[in-house]
Amino acid sequence: MSIISLIIKREFIAKVRNKSFVVMTFLSPLLFVAIAGFIGYLSSMKAETKQIAIHDETGLFANDFVKQNKKEAAFKYLDLSQIDTKALKDSITNERFDGLIIIPKTNNLKELESKIEFISNNSPSISFIEKTQDVIAEKITKINLEKAKLDTLAIQKAQSAVNIHLIKASGEESLKGLNEIKIGIGGAFGYLIMMFIIIYGNMVMRSVIEEKTNRIIEIIISSVKPFQLMIGKIIGTSLAGLLQFIIWAIIGLGLMFAASAFFGVNVGPTTRISPELMQSAQNEMSGSVQMYISELWNLPIASIIIGFVIYFIGGYFLYSSFYAAIGAAVDNQTDSQQFLLPILMPLILSVYIGFFTVVNDPHGTIAVVFSMIPLTSPIVMLMRLPFGVPWWQIAISVSLLFATFFLVVWFAAKIYRIGILMYGKKPTWKELYRWLKY
Amino acid sequence: MSNLLEVHKVVKQYGDYVALNEVSLNVPKGSIYGLLGPNGAGKTSLIRIINQITLPDSGEIILDGEKLQPKHVQTIGYLPEERGLYTSMKVGEQCLYLAQMKGLSKAEAKVQLEYWFDRLGIQGWWNKKIQELSKGMAQKIQFVVCVLHKPKLLIFDEPFSGFDPVNANVIKDEILALKEQGATIIFSTHRMESVEELCDHIALIHKSNKLIEGKLSDVKRQFRTNSFEVGILTDNVEGLMYDITQKFTVSPASFKSLNDDLKLDIQIGNATPNELLNILTQRGQVTHFVEKIPSVNDIFIQTVTG
Repeated sequence: MSIISLIIKREFIAKVRNKSFVVMTFLSPLLFVAIAGFIGYLSSMKAETKQIAIHDETGLFANDFVKQNKKEAAFKYLDLSQIDTKALKDSITNERFDGLIIIPKTNNLKELESKIEFISNNSPSISFIEKTQDVIAEKITKINLEKAKLDTLAIQKAQSAVNIHLIKASGEESLKGLNEIKIGIGGAFGYLIMMFIIIYGNMVMRSVIEEKTNRIIEIIISSVKPFQLMIGKIIGTSLAGLLQFIIWAIIGLGLMFAASAFFGVNVGPTTRISPELMQSAQNEMSGSVQMYISELWNLPIASIIIGFVIYFIGGYFLYSSFYAAIGAAVDNQTDSQQFLLPILMPLILSVYIGFFTVVNDPHGTIAVVFSMIPLTSPIVMLMRLPFGVPWWQIAISVSLLFATFFLVVWFAAKIYRIGILMYGKKPTWKELYRWLKY
Repeated sequence: MSNLLEVHKVVKQYGDYVALNEVSLNVPKGSIYGLLGPNGAGKTSLIRIINQITLPDSGEIILDGEKLQPKHVQTIGYLPEERGLYTSMKVGEQCLYLAQMKGLSKAEAKVQLEYWFDRLGIQGWWNKKIQELSKGMAQKIQFVVCVLHKPKLLIFDEPFSGFDPVNANVIKDEILALKEQGATIIFSTHRMESVEELCDHIALIHKSNKLIEGKLSDVKRQFRTNSFEVGILTDNVEGLMYDITQKFTVSPASFKSLNDDLKLDIQIGNATPNELLNILTQRGQVTHFVEKIPSVNDIFIQTVTG
């Protein structure tokens, strides 16, 4: 045991002292914040206001558009119904306007619905088109209602907005928006595990290859068992990785606060609302915020955190044993590609399943099955956990994960034992299989 | 003399390839034991089994009266042929680490390291990184790492490769000093002159089988050809030739001599050297009379190609 701790210590120190580790640790959060700040800066820049000309031969709609003109709005509408369409079209090609809405005169409004044109040099955004359609449709509806002699005010009053409350059978009330928080939490943890596995699994592999190319390996395994060396390496590297993550988290948080203070990024609502509206909104908001907070506390926090730790350890160890075995089998990193792909596949697959399937149906067949399969369970199950998973599913999943982990470590140790003493050969899958039988 | 290491009928197979075929060895305590054999004979496989890097398929190994166990790695020092060190680690740290893996405490390891660094004149290297050292310098460090924990059994695989003649001599003297202190040394090399110089026992492995084993002098006796190199000054060459060809097989020889003498290689078969001498002295002045002792090189080539 003391030998393993000796190896862990050496691996940890070797990783932490490495220049690229130091540089990465302190530079990546800076880079990350710089990029985030840059994006924030870009999006805070005002987009150019687009000039939209309206040629409304009916005279019914132009006003509704012009009414929308506001300072700092993305579009400015100009009623140019008096000007000849041909001249307007020319001014579009000359880029004097960004777009031209032509509403022709028709026999009736029904006909008009499919006669309106929008002319521009660049194709407009979908949201702009939808908005334009909405304005016109709303107006036509209003006119139609008036023609039918219906009381529009009464109709407005008659319209209802339904807000369904989600309540679980166990009696807790839950909020709709909470699902997004759940996905956010599960997704963040799942993604974190994937990143950790890829970054530090690779580090384990590189360190195995390094010992091979240094030719120190034979000196070392005449003193320790290959298995001890492998486990020590995996643990030592993961500790270095954890340290890096913790430093990142601290620096990242600090920089984020500093950046938001510096750039003056507004967190609250930017548009001015009348005091009464604000009052009522605040009441409503504080009510729902309270509910969110209480709901957050109702999340299976303990099981999420315990689950994160268990799946993190299980998943990381499982995958790094693969990485260690691959490192032992090859002579240099370029040869490792053919073996790495099958490892990356389940990782990527599980993230996709997490973000597409689990989000739609956290307890559907696909989500349940992939949260049982050991190679995908660390990520998929973590994403399911915030939605509440029956304990027996967790039990099966965890025991499968650890059973596989021990099996894989055993296999990996065999390949490792043979591989670290093999030089000059680019092994094939068939050969790896043969090594298992030695 | 009892044996420090006994290898009993060890078999090792890699797939269909038999690397060791029921190989047995007895390494006497306090000896320098030359493990010889052509490339691919199975030497490294055997050495790795003794170091418990790999396990034998069958057979057993007795070290100092006990069956080989994991704890024994602390009593063995191994200098592999393919050797290296962590290039980006400092010399001192690295040696401490490797010594601790062999079961030394940190304090003990430090004392031993200072002793050896002093002895080999490399005191100033403690804070250097391996990548700053030359190959020969790194080899010295590896030698220190190998002997640091005072192992009972030392296994050197081509220990002199990479050393200049001066440093090779330093290492050779250290090996002899270790033997004086009671260590048993297994020595695998292709340099026959160093086998001749250092070893008192040898074994020859060829194509996965052990062909020869024993005391170097015994092995040489076994391979003696009973032929003598003779230098003689005589006026009557024909008479002399007539006399000796009656009894012995004669062929011309070449060796260095200050005399302008007749040089012959004479195979005496079952006769005694005196019988040959009697005939020679009757016919002339004997200036040179030496039994031709087979060199390890001769034995090696004869066994491997024969």
